[in-house]
Amino acid sequence: MSLWKQKRIVSRAVGLAALALSAAVGTSASAEEAKTQYFPLATFRVGAYASSGIPVWAGEIDYFRYINEVEGGINGIKLVWDECETNWEVEKGVECYERVKAGKNGSPVPIFLPHGDPISKALTEKSVADKIPLVTIAYGRTEAIDGRVFPYSFPVVFSFWSEASSAVNFIAEKAGGKDKLKGLKIATVYHDSPYGKETQVPLAHLAKTYGFEDIQIPVPHPGNEQSAQWAKIRQLKPDWVFLRGWGVMTPVAIKTAAKVGFPVDHIIGGIWSGSEEDVRPAGAVGKGYLAITPFPAGANFEIHQKLKKYILDKGLSDLKDPKSFGSVYYNSGVDEAIIAVEAIRTAQAHFGVRPINGEEAQWGLEHLDLSEKRLAEIGATGLQQPLKLSAKDHEGGGAGKVLQWDGEKWNVVSNGWVKSDRDLLLPLIYERAAAYAREKGITPRDATN
Amino acid sequence: MSTIGTEAIEGFNPSHETVQSTRDRLRAGSVVVLLAALAGIPLVANDYWLNAVLIPFLIMSLTALGLNLLMGYAGQASLGSGGFMSVGAYATYNLLLRLPELPLPVSLLLGGIISGLVGVIAGLPSLRIKGFYLVASTLATQFLLEWLFNQYGWFSNYSTSSSISAPRLAFLGHDLSSPTGRYLLTLTTVVVVTAVAARLARSQTGRAWMAIRDMDTAASVIGVPVSAGKLKAFFVSSLVIGIAGALWAFAYLGTVDARSFNLDRSFQVMFAIIIGGMGSISGNFLGAAFMIFVPILLDHFGGGVFGGAVDPGQLENFQKALFGALIVWFLIKEPRGLAALLSRAWTRLASRINR
Repeated sequence: MSLWKQKRIVSRAVGLAALALSAAVGTSASAEEAKTQYFPLATFRVGAYASSGIPVWAGEIDYFRYINEVEGGINGIKLVWDECETNWEVEKGVECYERVKAGKNGSPVPIFLPHGDPISKALTEKSVADKIPLVTIAYGRTEAIDGRVFPYSFPVVFSFWSEASSAVNFIAEKAGGKDKLKGLKIATVYHDSPYGKETQVPLAHLAKTYGFEDIQIPVPHPGNEQSAQWAKIRQLKPDWVFLRGWGVMTPVAIKTAAKVGFPVDHIIGGIWSGSEEDVRPAGAVGKGYLAITPFPAGANFEIHQKLKKYILDKGLSDLKDPKSFGSVYYNSGVDEAIIAVEAIRTAQAHFGVRPINGEEAQWGLEHLDLSEKRLAEIGATGLQQPLKLSAKDHEGGGAGKVLQWDGEKWNVVSNGWVKSDRDLLLPLIYERAAAYAREKGITPRDATN
Repeated sequence: MSTIGTEAIEGFNPSHETVQSTRDRLRAGSVVVLLAALAGIPLVANDYWLNAVLIPFLIMSLTALGLNLLMGYAGQASLGSGGFMSVGAYATYNLLLRLPELPLPVSLLLGGIISGLVGVIAGLPSLRIKGFYLVASTLATQFLLEWLFNQYGWFSNYSTSSSISAPRLAFLGHDLSSPTGRYLLTLTTVVVVTAVAARLARSQTGRAWMAIRDMDTAASVIGVPVSAGKLKAFFVSSLVIGIAGALWAFAYLGTVDARSFNLDRSFQVMFAIIIGGMGSISGNFLGAAFMIFVPILLDHFGGGVFGGAVDPGQLENFQKALFGALIVWFLIKEPRGLAALLSRAWTRLASRINR
């Protein structure tokens, strides 16, 4: 081999190595002082669940735009965001998290919204190491309510345990008191997955406390054939059915229930069985169907009028289909955005008006106090329940509203927010968190500071 | 490719060398350089590279290796890879939890052995059926295992959501839970297992597998123990896949449930070896690299060029279509996989050097 050939090879090798090195280290952010607050969004606009995801980002982005355009940012600090597609898959979710966690242009990440139950679980420990709080509204690990063991996980507003308990309390409200629960049969038809099984423990505990009969009926994924399950229901004749579905399972359940003659107004859908997208495909037989949710539907809240005036009517909205304005999923996006913005605001009040980082946002979340008064100022009275978080309580609310489908839209039928029996369930949750801490060798934080 | 084998070819006299041996030296040299690069990466790479790119790539390579031993070498098609990964993950989890005095590598290996034994049971139908019928029976294994771990709380220590998360990862007093620690754990495991597997593939066992793959009747006529060979292939394959599953759960994601190892995962592994090259060791790494890197690359490229200008949903769909088109293009270009492409490139380079 000639000498010049060798030289060429070596120089190419050096060039390649330099290229690889620059790719590895070239991602560090500029040191320039940031004036904006970075807020990455992990989205799922493609994949099996895209239809429920798209209105969520619209609600979220519309509220962020409203904060930027009308209020001039959070105390003058404007929000900037970019999207990373997860397909609702764990691996892509982890990739997105790792991609954005260092912040952008010197602006740190205050809060990460995983948007996917398995993604939030995979990030539980990584978020502690990186000091970035994960906010999971109405999904995520229930034990994480104990912030002493899970300092950076925030399953705020409405955990699956609260969901189950609120559903039972709504049944009590209908029956005329909790003492009337005795002897009732409540069947839970659930998606046979970790998510679906989450409510088994609290329901068993509540059944023992109140004396109702707890029947559990699993539906295998994806749930597009449920004749056997509903035949069993016809045979057992429960008074109420609590439907914890996901995706196609919900409309199929409603249709099959109609076929076996179970009254649709005695089926209470869970959080993820309670959107327009869940009930519309069932058609006419869905009229009268109930659902419990922390995100009541409706476009008449005060904040919606502001959003309509300043964002939708000016063509700034992210909404593809204007009919989704005020839908359950759109409102869940608005809700989530309100909580994130208020947590950042709380942190700014303590640490100073500037872009804040994950550690400061964690403090902000643990000191978040969304009182009735503050909610009225935002214009979210009735849309968002009052919420007060602390190190010992990362959930805060724990109440839901029950909606009824009238064939066109959802109407609230419960007496305001239906509270869950948190006092009854919290000791069990703390026990589970303590067991997790033992298994992982975590020393729980002192909750007093 | 022309740049990374240079040390290996220094100082030899081309006139006495054949193209073949030059190629082998080039390949050996490139492996050494690659290994050195992989070992040195934690010094320069950030968390993103380790956590989101390299760790899943290495584990996917190991899973592909496991399946390749069974499918590429022994000719037994399987769609149960996801299930065997979950056996490895849940077995290792229970070993770490219930027998904390065992050192981590022992738990990993025992988890792999348990997965291997499950693989032997799952492989029993292969004694009577082959081809698509065997695929159907491994499919049943996949669904059964996924259901089992979801259904019985004992496997996940009665956690509320049947998910398992890694107890503290430590070895000889070193905490391995940092990204670098988990990367080095993964790298070491992958290198050791690959070395053993490559050796095995060239041994008598490996040659027996290939004889069974090429024609099992002929193999049994010349005295190759066919049944034992098939079951051995299922054992070794599931063992390797089980170790990979444990790493996927604890070194990569941290917390998983049975859904992380569903049928999609089995397909992903099978595509990786079809694209990489059946019956080759390097093909596993090439195929895994393709399956892991290309979508991420497309995503970065798409976001960088069109971000903000094009609707993000459309952009995502376009990337998926492009990825599919790339797979089709590569398979038309080289149906025997990327490994064959690479091997041709080595031969061409070696003959150029020898000229």
